[in-house]
This record gives sequence, structure tokens and C-alpha cells, in this order.
Amino acid sequence: MKIDFFKAVWVLSLAVLIQSCKPQGPSKAISGDAAQKAYVAPGKYDEFYSFVSGGFSGQMSVYGLPSGRLLRVIPVFSVDPEKSWGYSEETKPMLNTSHGFVPWDDLHHIALSETDGVHDGRWVFGNGNNTPRIARIDLKTFRTNEIIEIPNSGGNHSSPFITENSEYVIAGTRFSIPMDNTNGDVPINTYKQNFKGTVSFIALDKTSGSMSIAFQILLPGVNFDLARAGKGKSHGWMFFSCYNSERANTLLEVNASQKDKDFVMAVNWKKAEEYVKAGKAQKRNVAYAHNVYNESTHSATSTIEKEVLVLDPKDCPDMVYFMPCPKSPHGCDTDPTGEYIVGSGKLAAIIPVFSFTKIQKAIADKNYDGNYEGIPVLKYDAVLHGEVKKPGLGPLHTEFDADGYAYTSFFVSSEIVKWKLSDLSVVDRVPTYYSVGHLSIPGGPTKKPWGKYMVAYNKITKDRYLPTGPELAQSAQLFDISGDKMKLILDFPTIGEPHYAEAIPAELISKNSTKIFKIEDNAHPFAAKGEKEAKVIRKGNEVHVYMTSIRSHFVPDNIEGVRLGDVVYFHVTNLEQDWDVPHGFAVKGANNAELLIMPGETQTLAWKPERTGVFPMYCTDFCSALHQEMSGYIRVSVPNSTVPISFSTGTNQPKANP
Amino acid sequence: MKKLSLLISSIIIAGFVSCKQNAGQDDQQSSSENTTETEVGQESVVDDVSQKDVVKIAVGSADHTTLVAALKQAEYVNDLANAGPFTVFAPTNAAFDKLPEGTVDDLMKPENKDKLREILEYHVAVGGYKQDYLTDGQTINQANLKNITINIKDGKMMVNNSANVVATVPASNGIVYVIDAVLLPPADK
Repeated sequence: MKIDFFKAVWVLSLAVLIQSCKPQGPSKAISGDAAQKAYVAPGKYDEFYSFVSGGFSGQMSVYGLPSGRLLRVIPVFSVDPEKSWGYSEETKPMLNTSHGFVPWDDLHHIALSETDGVHDGRWVFGNGNNTPRIARIDLKTFRTNEIIEIPNSGGNHSSPFITENSEYVIAGTRFSIPMDNTNGDVPINTYKQNFKGTVSFIALDKTSGSMSIAFQILLPGVNFDLARAGKGKSHGWMFFSCYNSERANTLLEVNASQKDKDFVMAVNWKKAEEYVKAGKAQKRNVAYAHNVYNESTHSATSTIEKEVLVLDPKDCPDMVYFMPCPKSPHGCDTDPTGEYIVGSGKLAAIIPVFSFTKIQKAIADKNYDGNYEGIPVLKYDAVLHGEVKKPGLGPLHTEFDADGYAYTSFFVSSEIVKWKLSDLSVVDRVPTYYSVGHLSIPGGPTKKPWGKYMVAYNKITKDRYLPTGPELAQSAQLFDISGDKMKLILDFPTIGEPHYAEAIPAELISKNSTKIFKIEDNAHPFAAKGEKEAKVIRKGNEVHVYMTSIRSHFVPDNIEGVRLGDVVYFHVTNLEQDWDVPHGFAVKGANNAELLIMPGETQTLAWKPERTGVFPMYCTDFCSALHQEMSGYIRVSVPNSTVPISFSTGTNQPKANP
Repeated sequence: MKKLSLLISSIIIAGFVSCKQNAGQDDQQSSSENTTETEVGQESVVDDVSQKDVVKIAVGSADHTTLVAALKQAEYVNDLANAGPFTVFAPTNAAFDKLPEGTVDDLMKPENKDKLREILEYHVAVGGYKQDYLTDGQTINQANLKNITINIKDGKMMVNNSANVVATVPASNGIVYVIDAVLLPPADK
């Protein structure tokens, strides 16, 4: 039967409303002490950092909870002229890919590093959806330190999800595609023959966090949506939601909604490791960028890697299983004990909860319901712990507290439902404003939820804030979940389109935060580690300015001898050794951005003047009482000029040439 | 002048010793607490990593206990922990001892706070005046709007032909020139 998605949603919404699930009005939903609960006095710190994906902004933002104050926007996949990300010579390689320089992406999900299943505050990972990549941000500096591209992938949505000791970050492809080493120039309607899916296991170095693709698993051409690692008893397994088991390549809205069940895929990655060790993986020729930022040279490098190991389940029995899951599952979340896996069929009106113990038994008993493209399908009833009945419509995502409760978001019915994992009974529900996507509870996806708060990331804002034209900031709503009832205590706007977020107690990160880069450790090849090292050197058509900045002047601040046709590289070293005293640098007419240079760091702006004259340059970050004085001039002469290279600060040039 | 207005516009409520607590340490209670903020300045920022600012240099020097006490008495500490940059001429304890007997005790009296502040501001310039950028006979307008004159002979620096610069200490927010005499502002004309 052909079901129109919207008709179905409409009818089901109506049904839900009739079942007295009508959201309460906002006035009823807010309790009297809400302001006090979200209030963090001036000068006081928030209890939690929350790392929030920026969606189509390509960035990651950092908020304090419970105040909802924006602390930082970390540039990840998109250029950011404010922080010279993707504009300075040092950061440009970070956005390199096998497709060349890509200045934008769509960052959906967050994964904080874990030790023994608990957030440890070392790194946070984010995924680039569009040109498949994973980024690692160092939480000492809040800077993107590494980006790895994912081959054999298209639409890197099922990412990044992390295993309980940060052994792997997982990246699953949403869009199946012809594999990179095959001829991809095929008719699109040969999808079923030519299109494949993959999930990638990216190994993390235990100390540095450095990423490398350990192996990929070659899979039928379904769409991988979300994933979670097992934990505790289910450590060693990874669970992925899959939709489009119909393997449609057009009008998925209709054609991928045909079957009453799609799948949750269970991968035994310990087994996969054994197969890799036993040489069962095939080397495939691919090309993907691996970009690393070095905090000692203050520069990034980009390397194109050429090979990846691929495991085919045909050669690797007992590694991959499918479990039927109703109606195009989206979320796929494992509870703190690792026993329960919650699938969320986004078109369903139930929430199936799978049992890890039952999965193991069904596998042992070979309790199969046939196979899907050669991969065993476990019997639904054999692996089911139970179903949450009539929770709402359109379950998407589930987070957990430490007391055995789950919180599931419902997009269509714009609400959050709290239910009990043991008996699957619904115990509370609250409305959100409006159409909630992900939820985030501090530690919610780990073995140790810290609980206390829950943030709902909503997709539709409409009348929640003062109107700002056709588009409004996406709304986040903070709930107090310390009691039996969820209580809305704060509503705050966000950057881009947040999907997922993870929150962590502040002290796990704040105590390690970098204040300055030590100038003596600066290994940048163009650093000037003192004003006496400042200089200007001509190399053919390149002019290299080794410049220093300190309150409140540049050395040099008068530069002559540049000719039209030259490229001027301003290598600016911030000599400050004082926390929160960056200097900026800008020069008139640069088709580029500013530099924003942290204390002890060197950054480079390339400038190709397109006319002769004298061009002011200045510090862009209000650094000191004499910030307005922190400026200089650079003179550009005609191409055949005889004006020699000269530079100075505080002394005028000898009698000038005309 | 804008430099001065920057300095004197700061309102300092907490004293040097009493504001030692970190503004953000006791965060656990922060969300439920709704108490009046104690106003503290940049001097109380806990930071053992950055280079020392001019205040921390003075506080850390056994030869400058009189100066530090005077800065506290004049409520001038938080200003000098600001981004600056500052050039501070820092008289040693011995320099203060050279003043007529009773002068320092007199200046430290609460009723003479403005006078003390005036003298201390005569030891501070807003700007990072490295010796490399100074010339003999150059005047610098100090924070109290009175000029000092720099004397440089054979690479040795003096101020107002009366105070020798005996040490130069770079600070995160400027420069400290240790001097062996207290600079006394010229009388108003």
C-alpha cells in the first residue's frame, strides 16, 4: 500500500491529540522557581559545558548549563573569518579534502571522548555530513585539531559515535553509493546492484587521540541513520539504525516508507577486529584527506591517504546481524547498563526496546527470520525486551538518567516522554516548542548519566522569540529533571541548526584549559620570538614579513619595498604571554580575513595587493588602552620600482624616495 | 586625557587582601545562589600560567613592600592588573626610606589617600615604554597628567635627573623600571 507520509502523520497526530496528549500551554508548563534554577550569578561558573552541533553552520558551539550562555563557537568544517579559520595559511589545510578545499559542511552530532564508558573531557568529535568527515576538537584549546575524510561514504550522518574506552569513533554512511574504487558512472536506477553502504571504524590513539581508519564494513545499500556503542555487558558491539531497507533511489519519502519494519543493525566489532587481524579485510584503493593541526608549529598539514581496509560480511560470519525495527528507525540508543537498545521508528507510535541478553541468545540459537542480502535477520520477538505503548507520535531520540528512566523526543507530537526502562511504563510527558529533535542530558548516552538537566533541541521556533524575519534562531529548552516531573526552566536561542549535543561537568574540562602558548615552544618556521627577530625578506615575488605584536605596537609597523605583483605574507607572532590577550591583524583591501593570533602563536595572512599606494594595517582585537594606536602602514610601489625593502618601528625611514 | 580617564574611571570596591577569592570557584552552588556579587577586579583572577603583570611583579619583590602597601592603601592595585599597557617606575623600599622621616607614615593615613594616589600615579604611564624606544630628554606624561623627563646617558636611564633605573622587569601588561628614588610630582602652577 502506498502511504502518503504527510497524510499518515496528519491522521496519527489527530489520533494522538484525541488521546488527551494535547500539550499544555506554556504558562502551565513553567514553574515559579524556574528563573532561579537557571540563574547563574555574574562571575559564577556554569555547572556543565554543553557542546552543541551547529548543523548547517558547520561549527560547534559551547554553552554553559543551566544558564544557556553562549561561551564559544568553535570553527570546525566551515570557514570563520572571525578566527581566520580557513583563511590563515596555517588553517587552510584543515579544510582540504579529496575534492579540494571545502569551506563548509553540515555538523550534526557530537561525541565526547570516554574512559570506561564515562565522559573524560579530553576531546569532542563532530561529523561533517555532506563531504564525509570526522573532526576531533581538543578540549584544552577548544580548537579543531584533526579532520579525517571518510571514503566510500556519502552523507556521513551515522557519526560520530564512540566506544566506551574511545577505542573507535564510528562513521556510517547515510547515502549508499557506488564504492570509490568502482566505476561510479552508472545509471542511478541500478541502485540495488551497484550501491553499497559502509560503516567505518576510526581508531583513536589512546594518548594523542589521533585518528586512523582501522577498517570499514561493506553493507547492503540501506541508509544508516544513527548509532550507539554497546557498553558494560554489550561493550564490543555497535548498534546502527537503518532505514530505506526498500533500497529506493527516488522519492524516498514514499518509497522508503513501504515496509512496516526496517532494521537496527548489530555489529560485533571485537569479532571484526579478529577478522582484520586474520587478514580477512581487503585493501581498497581510495583517496581521503587526513588533516592535522600541530600546536607546536601552529600549522596544519593535509595528507591524502590512499588505502582503506574493507571487511565483507560474506567472508566474516557472526559479525553483523539485522534486527527488525518498526517504521524507518532514527534514534538507536543504548541505556547506561548496556542491556537495552531503544529503537525509534520515526513513523511509529510505539518504541521498541531490544534486550542485549536476548540478542545474544537469539544469535546462539540461530533464531533467524531469514536474511537480508546474506546477513542474518534476528526474529523481532526473540530480541525484544518490549514495546513502550502509545508514547506519542514520531519518536526520534532517547537519552537516559541514572535512575532507570528514559526520555524520548517526539517530533510530530512536539513532546518529551519519560518512561521506565524496566516495565516500559510512561511516567511523565511535557510539551516542547516546537517539534523537538535531539535531547541532551549530561552524561545521558554514557554509563554514568549526571542527569539534573535535559535540553531539548527544537526544529521549529515560530512565535517563541521576537520575530526576526522569515527565519528565527533554533530554540533550545532546558528542563529540570531532578524530580519526578520534567520542568521547563529556560528557553534560549542557538547557533545554526543544532542537532545533537553532549554536556559534561565543567570541572572535567575547565581545569585543563590552555591559557597561553609558550613563546619558547613556538616552532613555527616564520615565528619572530622577539622584536629583534622581526624582519622583512624578499624571495622572488614573495615578501615575507616576520612581524611581532605586543601591547600596543607591531614590529615592524612601517614597511616599504613591496611591488605590485608581489604576494606579501604577514607572519604575525603574538608575543604576549598573558591569558585572553589575542591580537588581531588586518590590512586594507585583503581579499581574505583578519588574523586572530593567540598569545605565543604565529599566524599568516597572505595578501596580494592589486594597486599601488600606502595601505593601513591595524590590530583588530581591542587589546589595550592603546589599541587604537596599534597600527602601521605598508607601501606598495610599481612593479619595476627601485624602492628597497625596508622596515622599522618607532624610527622614521631615512629621507624617502619620491 | 583619555589615558587618565581610563584609569580613574575604574571603581574599586574590594581591597587587595579581601578580594583573594576566585570569582568563579564555588560554581556548584551557583545556580541556586542569588546573592549580591562582591565586586572584584582583575587583580583577583587566578592565573599561575601567564607571565606576571606589573602588580604581581611588585608583590613578588621583597624590595617593594612599601610600594605594594601604598598601592593597596591608594586602591590602585586592580587598575594596574588591567590590560594596560603600563610603564611603572617602582621605587624600592630604600627609595622610600630616603624620604624625610614620617613622610610615608603620613601618606598612608586615610585622609591623605588622594595625595598618595597622586604620587603613585606620577610613577605610572599608560603605554609600553621600552628603553629602545626612548631618547634622552624625552618627556612622558604620567597618569596624574604631570610629565617626567627621561635621561639616557651611556645606555643608563634616569628619571627627572634624580632616580636611577636599577633594573628593568618585563611584565605581561607592560614594563617595571625599578628606581632608587621616589618621584615627587611638580607642584601645580
